[in-house]
Amino acid sequence: MTIGLGHYLAVGACLFTLGILGIFINRKNVIIILMSIEMILLSANVNLVAFSAFLGDIVGQIYALLVLTVAAAEAAIGLAILVVFFRNRGSIAVEDVNVMKG
Amino acid sequence: MILPALFFYLFAGVCIAAAVMVIASRNPVHSVLFLILTFFNAAALFVLLGAEFLALIVLVVYVGAVAVLFLFVVMMLDVDFAALRSGFLNYLPVGLLVAGIFLAELLLVGGGWIISPHAAKTITAPIPGDITNTEAIGRVLYTRYIHYFQYSGLILLVAMVGAIVLTMRHRVNVKRQDIGTQNARSKRNTMELRKVASGQGLEELPPREAAE
Repeated sequence: MTIGLGHYLAVGACLFTLGILGIFINRKNVIIILMSIEMILLSANVNLVAFSAFLGDIVGQIYALLVLTVAAAEAAIGLAILVVFFRNRGSIAVEDVNVMKG
Repeated sequence: MILPALFFYLFAGVCIAAAVMVIASRNPVHSVLFLILTFFNAAALFVLLGAEFLALIVLVVYVGAVAVLFLFVVMMLDVDFAALRSGFLNYLPVGLLVAGIFLAELLLVGGGWIISPHAAKTITAPIPGDITNTEAIGRVLYTRYIHYFQYSGLILLVAMVGAIVLTMRHRVNVKRQDIGTQNARSKRNTMELRKVASGQGLEELPPREAAE
């Protein structure tokens, strides 16, 4: 029973799917949507690191590092926008966002 | 031989179960805590793959910074989270449909796909066997990928400035130190010497004009 590349790719696929599902079923809660996006980026990282390890190429881990950077920046900006939105409107429901025209 | 497989299934199982709980949990604080569990187990998977540096970076960045940021925001916002879950069951069928399609596609792609035998020749930077993972990453990241490294630093700088600019607010009633005003203050336009005659006191002062 050896663990191959396919096992890790399956984990990545499951994480990605759960992230997509989380975006759909938590349509009103922006915080959970941001967490789902983090999970999707984590699944990309799992894939990159798995390919890096099984193909013997270190560059995959460097790309994973860059994805990590982008994920951290995205979380910071997203939460900042969320805080400003909550301060203006008193709620974080996604349905209210289209009120914010211009 | 059995032990790595056992640990893989343990970490992968806990990782996916925690990911399910992230999106299904009622309380967002629990969601954040399950997100931390997901990241932790993903980091353990990275260790199994031999990417120790990235595993610890995931722990530091995600668990130490991002998850704590989420936790702060969840606790800071005074939101009725129960009301936000009202449409949960309405969106479940279409969500399951789309997620099922995605999973089926990914599994089909993953199942009917092989690594080309020429792939081994196109490897950019092979993993050296005699140095640690951290040193191997450093040797590639700081030489061939130095520009990407610096661009990622730039992205973080922009994100930091953006987050500060977005969330900073100026309250009007708060007295703040203004260094420029302090330095521009001179003796000439802030104090005045008067001779006071004995027994007569000081006459009414004219209102002083504001310092220019």
